[in-house]
Amino acid sequence: MVKVNVPFMQTGTLVVGNRLLDETDRSVQAWQGRPSCLTHGHRACQGCAEALAARWVLDTAMEVTDGKLMVANATGCLEVFSTLYPESAWKVPWIHSLFANSASVATGIAAVLRARGRTDTRVIAQGGDGGTADIGLACLSGMFERNDDVLYVCYDNQGYMNTGAQRSSATPPATRTATTPAVGRDPGAPFGQGKSVPRIAMAHDIPYVATASVADLRDLEAKVRTAMSHRGARYLHVLVTCPLGWGTKSADSIKMARLAVRCGLFPVFEAEYGEVTASTPIRDRVPVEEYLRPQRRFAHLFGPNGDEIALGRIRHMAERNIRQYNLCPEGSRS
Amino acid sequence: MHELLEGSQAVARAVGLCHPDVVCAYPISPQTHIVEALSGMVRTGKLVNCDYINVESEFAAMSVAIGASAAGGRVYTATASQGLLYMAEAVYNASGLGLPIVMTVANRTIGAPINIWNDQSDSLSQRDSGWLQLFAIDNQEAVDLHIIAYRLAEEISIPIMVCMDGFVLTHATDVVDMPTQEQVDAFLPSFTPRESLDIDNPRSIGMMAGPDIFTETKYLSHRAMLGAIDRLEEVSGEFEAIFGRRTGRPVRVLGAANGSDSVPGRHGQIAVIAMGSVLGTLQAIQPVLRASGVDIHLIGLGAFRPFPSRALAAAIGQASRVVVFDRAIQVGIGGVLSGAVRRAMKGSPAPLHSVAAGLGGRPITEDSLAAIVRQAHAGDLSDLTFMDLRDDVIEKVS
Amino acid sequence: MFQIVIHGRGGQGVVTASEMLARAGFAGGFQVQAIPSFGSERTGAPVVGYTRFSESKIFTREPILTPDAVIVLDPTLLRAMNPFHGLASGGWAAVNTRESPNEVRRISPDAPPTPGHLATLPADDIVREYLGRPIPSAALLGAFAALTGKITLQSVADAVTHLFKGKVASGNIASAEVAYKWVEDHRGQEDVGAPNGIAHVDADRPTEAELPHALIGSPEVSNA
Repeated sequence: MVKVNVPFMQTGTLVVGNRLLDETDRSVQAWQGRPSCLTHGHRACQGCAEALAARWVLDTAMEVTDGKLMVANATGCLEVFSTLYPESAWKVPWIHSLFANSASVATGIAAVLRARGRTDTRVIAQGGDGGTADIGLACLSGMFERNDDVLYVCYDNQGYMNTGAQRSSATPPATRTATTPAVGRDPGAPFGQGKSVPRIAMAHDIPYVATASVADLRDLEAKVRTAMSHRGARYLHVLVTCPLGWGTKSADSIKMARLAVRCGLFPVFEAEYGEVTASTPIRDRVPVEEYLRPQRRFAHLFGPNGDEIALGRIRHMAERNIRQYNLCPEGSRS
Repeated sequence: MHELLEGSQAVARAVGLCHPDVVCAYPISPQTHIVEALSGMVRTGKLVNCDYINVESEFAAMSVAIGASAAGGRVYTATASQGLLYMAEAVYNASGLGLPIVMTVANRTIGAPINIWNDQSDSLSQRDSGWLQLFAIDNQEAVDLHIIAYRLAEEISIPIMVCMDGFVLTHATDVVDMPTQEQVDAFLPSFTPRESLDIDNPRSIGMMAGPDIFTETKYLSHRAMLGAIDRLEEVSGEFEAIFGRRTGRPVRVLGAANGSDSVPGRHGQIAVIAMGSVLGTLQAIQPVLRASGVDIHLIGLGAFRPFPSRALAAAIGQASRVVVFDRAIQVGIGGVLSGAVRRAMKGSPAPLHSVAAGLGGRPITEDSLAAIVRQAHAGDLSDLTFMDLRDDVIEKVS
Repeated sequence: MFQIVIHGRGGQGVVTASEMLARAGFAGGFQVQAIPSFGSERTGAPVVGYTRFSESKIFTREPILTPDAVIVLDPTLLRAMNPFHGLASGGWAAVNTRESPNEVRRISPDAPPTPGHLATLPADDIVREYLGRPIPSAALLGAFAALTGKITLQSVADAVTHLFKGKVASGNIASAEVAYKWVEDHRGQEDVGAPNGIAHVDADRPTEAELPHALIGSPEVSNA
């Protein structure tokens, strides 16, 4: 089920005022007993959306599992900023092994829990887009095809931000990164490359695949709940703004993620057993330029030496997403 | 009970007697028969409360093992050759995290050129990975060492590779005294991890350690590894008390005239040092050599990590010469084992000869071994020899 | 020490034969060892298996270079190689072929010259009667038992039963019995050629499904 946003416009945002809601409708962050799995004191950048998303995902899962949760974390920003010895920001049993293997480590944890009959304890693996789409894809695919009882969460900030913003296979075309500089004839990341891990996940026919963004935390929370209601391999792909890597203002992280969704470049949908079951309609569609222009990583597309051809191709990508996932159904406002 | 078993089947049963929670493996020759047997034992219910996981790579095999071990499970995997290299990153990680995983390495060489046959290049390439490496002479030792490995690994929180020569042991059918479940239960307590993922006591495992603390972690690993030498010796003694045979000594003298396995070498003797199944063939030729006046003092290394330098130096004693049969070489330097032996022999005047033998499955014959030892006896052996080198091939190249 | 080399081709059960032979020797009170010579063998490629019997503990791991006995599972190997290479003087050989012992000696000069030390038998024909396909290992072990007396026919049957069940087991045991009797019957008739084929028997042969799978669990197929 997809949570459709109820616009409480008096706040000026889409955030639902929790106190106005029935208790059962309140977010996990309104829960007094919320564990704050990723607690304060970590070293994430100002405006880091990955930290926010990880806290929401794990707090929700903790609530759903009644505190019986274990987490395997890939190498990456999330690991580095949270656990520099001797301090840890995690309030959940947590292990970091390597960059590429968090899905496999989670499989191992789940296997022991199964062998010992402790299947009430659940396992989440998490990593960034590099650890998911690139170096960790084999382990992830193995976990999917065996249908191991693991929820894998990818926090996608569209590049290797931990090492200085290099290109990953989740980096969108035309993006300026440290390894796809905005120079030469086709500046930025090439068109016609990259991959959609959610669709790769769907190809494994696993019980549940969903995308979400840090702009809609209630939707993210709902998807974690749905994911945790399934057994077997599940995949959640969360778009998280990286102010450092994207070149955006720290205060705009939520706004940027929302624009990514509203312009059609990041489709928000759910799939079960390989078939799309729901997609979140775009409300107030915006042109892709509105999303791209504030980001320094796309600055070369604009201005007197702008790249209208590249912009056209990006517009085309948004159109294709909208068509493919039915993001602007008949009668919707756009 | 004495049974006739293929080495791999015997090892699989020994692992089963240790009741692992998780077995995860990716197939590679010559390890396959072991994991095939274990998957069968899980499927048929002979091994209960155990999950067998068919993983997609050796890297995943070790990663699953890491997760399972960190969650407090007793874990088993097995690999060889390219597979061990493919999992290498996770191999180092497992020891760094202090996870007592036990892994069989069915020793096989490393390509290119691709070659599926036996030498010990694979596990010896991981000599600095922080794992213990125990080497079996025969399949009886292979069986026993797995049981000893779980006991020791879990006690000291260091993972252990049990190394057995691929094909030569894994595929050989021998008489093995299979331990009983009662014996294993008396020897091997259930696994109580030093620390694990625990919902009642959440911990962060695998944190980043900066320059302020990293040296200390390495020092502690080093200290723990050194301590493992004595502990292995003790555990081997405890094993003997229950199973009635001594297996697992880091260093032992084989076929000594007085039957002792720790008598030091004497002046005039040639100390012959090796690891693994070649020791059997050396034992076979020992009486013949002795009868012809070549007195070999045969020293078998049961552990390469920890490297029992002191015990080895003591076992070499006053031997006049040392011949090391190396089953792996450091290209451009010489034998891997002989390098370690040389370091252990510091200060000894005895010349050391390294003999690269049986690389990539080249059969190690009694005649070739005897000829080498006789050459050493006559003072004609060079510092580094490639045994049975085919001069016709070399000449063509040069 | 009594050392036996078994020659055959991938798929004929060379490894199984060397293990069954070891098992039969073990039952007879020997210390034993069976080592297959491994490679990336594929069906049809020459394969060698080594078995040792000894009164005392066997230490050596070298391949058998000077066998006391040779068992040849595949008749075509006689012309493709010299399976009797290194055979000790006074050594034995049991060969699956329709040729006579003297014909084998003519093809392969290293074949045992000693009268009564070379047995030839049409094992494929025998086995086909009971198993429906030529997997001659048990039959050759029966012949080996009769030829050398190192193992008993019963121990061969026990070794077969240890590895196989049902009709596959009974067919192999029956083949071993026929082969054993063949050698007994032809003892001292080295110069009499083996006839082409044997009398057909009315055997209850195993179905395809009952036969061991050629690949699964077969140690002769190894993937590099």
